[in-house]
Amino acid sequence: MVTRDALASTLVTLVQMAAVVALTPLLIGMMRATRARLEGRAGGRLTQPSRDLLKLLRREPLQADGTSLVSRAGPVALMATSLMLAALLPLVATRTSARVPDDLFVVVSVLLLGSVSLALVGLDSGSAFGGMGSSRHMTIAALLEPTVLLAVYALSIPAGSSVLSDIVATRAESPGTVISPVSLLALAALVMVILAETGRLPVDNPSTHLELTMVHEAMVLESSGRDLGWLELGSWMRLTVLLGLLGNVTTPWGIAGSAAPLTVALGLIALVAKVLGLGVAIAAVEVFLAKVRLFRVPELLAASFVLAFLAVSASYLVTGVAT
Amino acid sequence: MSPLVWAAVTAAAGGSVVSWLAPAPRRSLAAGIVAVLQATAGVALGVAVLGGARVDMALAPRGTALAALGRLTVQPTALGALFLVVMSAVALVAAVFAIGYVRGPSDSRTAWTSWFVFVAGLQLVAVAGDAVSFLLGWELMALGSTALVFTEHAARTAVRSAGLWYAAMTHLSFLLVLSGMAVLAGHAGSVDLDAIAAARPGGHTATLAWLLLATGFLTKAGAVPLHVWLPRAHPEAPSHVSAVMSGAMVKAGVYGLLLVSLRLLPAGPRWWAVALLVVGLVSAAYGILQASVTSDLKRLLAYSTTENVGLMITTIGLADLYRAADRDDLAQVALVATGLLVVSHAAFKTLLFLVAGSVLHATGERDLDRLGGLGPRMPVTSVTFAVGALAAAALPVTSGFVAEWVLLQALVRGGAPSDPVLAALLPAAMGVVALTAGLALLTFAKAFGIGCLARPRSDGATAAHEGSRWMGGALVAAAAVVVGLGIAPGPLSRSLASALAPGAASASPLGGVSLPGLGIGLDPLGLTLLALGCAAPVLGAAAWWARRAPRRRVELGWGCGGARVSPRMQYTATSYAEPLVRVFGQALDPRRELEVEHYDESRHLIHGIRYRHEVGDPVESGLYARGLRGVAALGERARSLQNGSIQRYLGYSFGALLVVLLVVSAW
Repeated sequence: MVTRDALASTLVTLVQMAAVVALTPLLIGMMRATRARLEGRAGGRLTQPSRDLLKLLRREPLQADGTSLVSRAGPVALMATSLMLAALLPLVATRTSARVPDDLFVVVSVLLLGSVSLALVGLDSGSAFGGMGSSRHMTIAALLEPTVLLAVYALSIPAGSSVLSDIVATRAESPGTVISPVSLLALAALVMVILAETGRLPVDNPSTHLELTMVHEAMVLESSGRDLGWLELGSWMRLTVLLGLLGNVTTPWGIAGSAAPLTVALGLIALVAKVLGLGVAIAAVEVFLAKVRLFRVPELLAASFVLAFLAVSASYLVTGVAT
Repeated sequence: MSPLVWAAVTAAAGGSVVSWLAPAPRRSLAAGIVAVLQATAGVALGVAVLGGARVDMALAPRGTALAALGRLTVQPTALGALFLVVMSAVALVAAVFAIGYVRGPSDSRTAWTSWFVFVAGLQLVAVAGDAVSFLLGWELMALGSTALVFTEHAARTAVRSAGLWYAAMTHLSFLLVLSGMAVLAGHAGSVDLDAIAAARPGGHTATLAWLLLATGFLTKAGAVPLHVWLPRAHPEAPSHVSAVMSGAMVKAGVYGLLLVSLRLLPAGPRWWAVALLVVGLVSAAYGILQASVTSDLKRLLAYSTTENVGLMITTIGLADLYRAADRDDLAQVALVATGLLVVSHAAFKTLLFLVAGSVLHATGERDLDRLGGLGPRMPVTSVTFAVGALAAAALPVTSGFVAEWVLLQALVRGGAPSDPVLAALLPAAMGVVALTAGLALLTFAKAFGIGCLARPRSDGATAAHEGSRWMGGALVAAAAVVVGLGIAPGPLSRSLASALAPGAASASPLGGVSLPGLGIGLDPLGLTLLALGCAAPVLGAAAWWARRAPRRRVELGWGCGGARVSPRMQYTATSYAEPLVRVFGQALDPRRELEVEHYDESRHLIHGIRYRHEVGDPVESGLYARGLRGVAALGERARSLQNGSIQRYLGYSFGALLVVLLVVSAW
């Protein structure tokens, strides 16, 4: 029976990966459409991002002399880490593989590997803009890390485990933990983390064309064709998986607890609904936000760190809050 | 196993003779091979002891002059053997590197003799069974390393200042450890470490001994605020020496702390543990913050050593805290984390210092702002640099990731502690450790990205080439250890657990680490396979599209036009860290100078602009500079005591004699 379980678990993992890849361009399309509608523009079609991606992936990449293997391997590495996140995180179903548990620290390290690949691609281009984007990107990533770990850790205290599947499962079983003060503080911190990590407003403007304010766009400025395609898809997928995780933590219902086909199908529908819902909500809020100055971003991150720290301290020091 | 001890001693003595006799062209090979043998003997002895062999012998033959010092017992415990293996293995790799690397002053007779003395001292510290042999080893280590730091004193003045700082700090450490050991030995009535441990001093004796020993060991380990020698001595010493100093010698301080906390004074009050934890966290955060804004590659590595040592001290303090709170299971996991951090840091920091040596050898530069483009020119160095940087940034699949993972597990698995001290300290510790990890990521992305990628920023970097095969071999071996321990950390964790904390960790079938007390495990091999499985479809799709649209090379990047101007338009290490300097301005003491020179004819025409940017070490400028000024002022004042008159000096002597007589009679 072990082999059958393993097979089912592998299948679910594959479903998750395929779902994330398929859902990502749609999510970006929805977010752009929402923004366009709210700004009174017609906007592009929902399928425009996937058309752009396919166009890029079919095009030849240009590589300047003096750039190294990193420019070639970086985009693939970023894409691979995004796929790993899609495979590891509890998105469609909660399950733990004994071999590779979806442990918080493992997940964060995979996320950071992707960030580093992107930063190195930016540096390898050898232009001032690539280095600028890379430097800003890594500064934000470095300052984010304490908040990420503490926020998820605060959520993990009721579950007594740092395995994300356990956290989601525990929250689904005891709905009281979902709206406890500790959980709300931690979720607020987590939202800020996700916005900063995926380069959304107010930290970075995904649709900017002004080089001096760019973070993400500055790093991919020198990439073209297939390389750019992988970089875009990989970065967008990070948004999808993180929104999926956020959705499953805030509303831990619908996610499949077993590998039965029907529950998995239900989990899939729930995931699509949560991710698109959150995406549209973020896009709607972004209309009303301006990008903050780069040197004010640390203040924002410090605020989110304080929220996460409060969440952990509160659940330690004030007995009865966490449970 | 005593033959192995004698082999190490003979190699040390023989090596010194060989380095004096061998003529210069053959010296590095001859002495290097003996150095390899010396280190191999150490590794073999350590492995034998970890495997269960017992060694108990006296180094001082009866009736000789040495016997006046005592028996000089060699009696390695499992803990000592562990450090013996780590230190000797570091010395082994560094010796192989040195064969191809040393030239000029670093290939001199003095330098090689100092090397043998230094490594013998390291080995003696780890195997010492009594306080005298421990201190003898400590002093040999200090002497050998001081001489080695001074190696290139004729070429650069910075070496002399660094050497003086190092000599002063390392002897401060020796004095403190000597006094601490003396207090303990005086209480126990014996210099034997076993007897000292059995005597269990309490009260003020214990506190005094702990303070002296802990400060002494923290100085050697390079913890803040006693770290000032590290960012000076590591960069100025030859790189193979920096590798041993950072990979092995600093660990002697950690070994000392473990010795105190586990064996000599195990049941101390809780404030000891809290003090260690706080010192560890401050060192970790401060060290990596300084590293992240430094552009000198070796100085960056030195500050990162302070960070890593800080993490080790944090785990030792954490283990003591957990033990005081009756959470032995967690204390043991924390100790396994200490062991993993020690081994992992020894592996990757040795590698990184050797990489820095290879870069210095090839380009004559260690300033990242003048490097770049090493990837195609020095492929072996660059790839091993990437491996070391990944480990230093605690990313998979390297030994650094495994160590950090166990450390974080030890921090978070406490559940909601009922103890308010723990409840307040644990989240803070976790925040600091996470910030440290984040900054380490930036630091090493910067070091590797600026150093190896993009276009070269100086002529030296443009003309870079790989060094000899010995150097390449040592780099590849060290990188293999880093990756090997990252993929299959299980066996190592098991032997660490048996040496430090029985039963706390075991190996999983795939070679991963498993923590039975916490019910969780990590299989880096599984993670690697998953990564390969995820990369395969991407690579396949890329290959499919590449058939129709192959990659095209162009002469220059676009860079919005900027790439065409000059490689100096690229981002440098200094500009890379600029946002951090702004964010952490208050903790970093940045100094900027901007001078604009105008033409005489008009204020509106600019002749030249001079910009200087420097980030200081506020601990150094605040604490040490002030202290040194105080000492100098005292010296000035003391001058009035000496006016050269014989009568006055006779008066002083008479007064001193009177005081001595009074004290003696009153006793």
